[in-house]
Amino acid sequence: MSKGDWVGRILFVCASFSALVVFLITFYLLREGIGVLNWDFLTGTIWNPSLDLYGILPTLVSTLIVVGGAIVIAVAIAIPCAIFLAEYSPFWLRNIIKSAVEVIVGIPSVVIGLFGVIVIVPFIRDNIGGRNGEGILAGWIILALMIIPNIITISEDALRAVPSAYREASLALGATRWQTMRNVILPNASSGIRASLILGVGRALGETMAVLMVIGNPNIPFFPTSILDQVRTLTSTIAIEFSYVTWGSPHQQALYAMGVVLFFIIMVLNFVATFVIRKKVIAGE
Amino acid sequence: MNEVTKEQYIKSLLYVAAGLSIIILPVIVVWVALNGAGALSWDFLTQAPYRLVKGGIYPQIIGSIYLVALSTLFGAPIGLISAIYLSEYAPDNVITQTVRFFTETLAGVPSIVIGLFGLEFLVYELHLKTSLLAGALSLGIMMLPWTIRASEEAIKVVPKEFKEASLALGATKWQTMVRVVIPAALPGIITGILLGMGKAIGETAIVWLTAGSGSEGFVPASLQAPTGSLPMYIYLVATQAAAGSQHGYGAALVLIAMFLSISVSALLLRNYFLRKLYGR
Repeated sequence: MSKGDWVGRILFVCASFSALVVFLITFYLLREGIGVLNWDFLTGTIWNPSLDLYGILPTLVSTLIVVGGAIVIAVAIAIPCAIFLAEYSPFWLRNIIKSAVEVIVGIPSVVIGLFGVIVIVPFIRDNIGGRNGEGILAGWIILALMIIPNIITISEDALRAVPSAYREASLALGATRWQTMRNVILPNASSGIRASLILGVGRALGETMAVLMVIGNPNIPFFPTSILDQVRTLTSTIAIEFSYVTWGSPHQQALYAMGVVLFFIIMVLNFVATFVIRKKVIAGE
Repeated sequence: MNEVTKEQYIKSLLYVAAGLSIIILPVIVVWVALNGAGALSWDFLTQAPYRLVKGGIYPQIIGSIYLVALSTLFGAPIGLISAIYLSEYAPDNVITQTVRFFTETLAGVPSIVIGLFGLEFLVYELHLKTSLLAGALSLGIMMLPWTIRASEEAIKVVPKEFKEASLALGATKWQTMVRVVIPAALPGIITGILLGMGKAIGETAIVWLTAGSGSEGFVPASLQAPTGSLPMYIYLVATQAAAGSQHGYGAALVLIAMFLSISVSALLLRNYFLRKLYGR
C-alpha cells in the first residue's frame, strides 16, 4: 500500500469525528430520555416536577409561538435588507454591511439578553403592560434581533445566485428594477430564501440564553392567551431546571426527553432545508 | 402611482430595512460601552468577585480565555484535518456523503443539546466532573463544524494553478497539500478559526451545563477544576442582582471587547488575504 493511501485513511478517521459526535449525541440523549418519551409526554398539558407530572404540550406550543412571531418580524426586516444588498447597494456599502452582519451573527447572546432585560423589558412594562414586561412580545423582539443576520446572509446568497442573464434580459425589455426583482429574481431565488427561513427557524428554536432572560419562565407552564403572557420554551426549561434537578430522577429524564424533541425537530428542519429545497434548486437549473 | 415613483418609493423602503438591520450592532455596542465604562477599574479587572457583585471579575476573564484557548486547541486541528479530507481526498461515495451530512448536521445542533450531551457523556460518563476540561471539550464540539466549513471554503478558493504547478513538478498529493495549498489558504483558515473562537467566547448554555456556576472566586488550578466565565457571570448578575448592576455592564463590556477584537481581526485578515490572492 502506498503512502498516499495511508494519509487518506488517517485523514478519513479525523473527518469521521464529527459524524461520531452526532452519533454519540443521539445515543446519549436517547438513552436518558427514552424512558419518559411517550405519547403522554408529548400531549400532556401539565408540567409539574414536584408532582412527577411531565407533559410538554404548553411548553411546545409556547416555543412555536415565540419562534413563529420572531420569524415574521425578522423576515420583514431581513428580506428587504437582502434585496437591497443584492440589487441596489453600491459595492463599498455592501461590503461594510455584509461584514457588520457577519459580526452580529456572533454577538454573545447573553449580551443581547442583558439588553433585553434592561432596555426592552422595562420599555414593554411601562408602555404596553403585562407582568413585569417579560413574555412573548419581549421574546419576539430579542429573538428577531438574533436571527435577522442569518436570514440576510443566506437569502442574499440565494438572490445573487440567480444568473445575471435573467436580470439583464428583464431590464433590457424595459422593466424597472423593482419589476425585475418581483417577477424575475424573487421567483428564481425563492427556494434559497425558503431554505434560509427554515434554517432561521432552526436557529431560533435552539437559541437559549437571550430568550430565557426575557420571557418570564413561569413556574407552571400554561397555554398563553396574550402576547404579554409569560411563557417557557423548550430550551429555557432545560437550562433553568438543570440547575436544581436530581440526577437519575424522572425529572432529569424528562429534561433529556425534551432535548430529544428539540433535537428531532431541528434535525427534520435541517434535513428539509438541505435535501428537499436544495435539490429543487439544483433540479431547476 | 407610475412605475418610476414606485421604484423610488421601494428603494427608500429597502434603505430603511438595511439601515435597521445594521443599526443593531452599533446600538448594542454603544449601549454596553456607555453603561460599562463606569465599572471599569484596575481592581475590577484584577480582583476576584465575592457576593456576586462585589470585587472584580478577574477569574471570569481568565476562565473565558482558558475555555476558548483549550476548545480551539481541540477543535481547530480536527476541523482543519476534516476539511482537508473533505475538500481534497474524499472519494465521491456514500461514506463521504454520510460524513458530510453529519458534519452539516452537527452545525445545526443547538448549543443546549451539546450542553446536555457534554453533561451526560463528559461530566458523568467519563467522570470529568463539571470542569474546565468538560467545558472546553463541549465548546470544541460546537466550534468543529464552523472550522470545517471555513477551512473547506478557504482551501476551495486557492487557485487551481497553484496545485497543478506543484503536481507537475512531481510533488505528491500530500506534499502539494502541506507545502502549497495550506500555506495559501492559511489566512482564510485562521479567519474561520477566529470566527469560531468569537462564537465560543460568548457561548453560555454549554458552559452553564458543563464548566461551572460562573461566579467562581478562583482561577481554575487544573483541568478538573470548575471555572467561572464572563457569559455565565453576566447571566447571573442580570437575573439575580438588582437590574442595572454596574458589574453586569462592566463584564458585558469586557466580553464584547474580547469578542469584537477576535471577530474584527478575523475580517481584516480575510480582506488582506483576498487582496493578496486576487490583487483586489
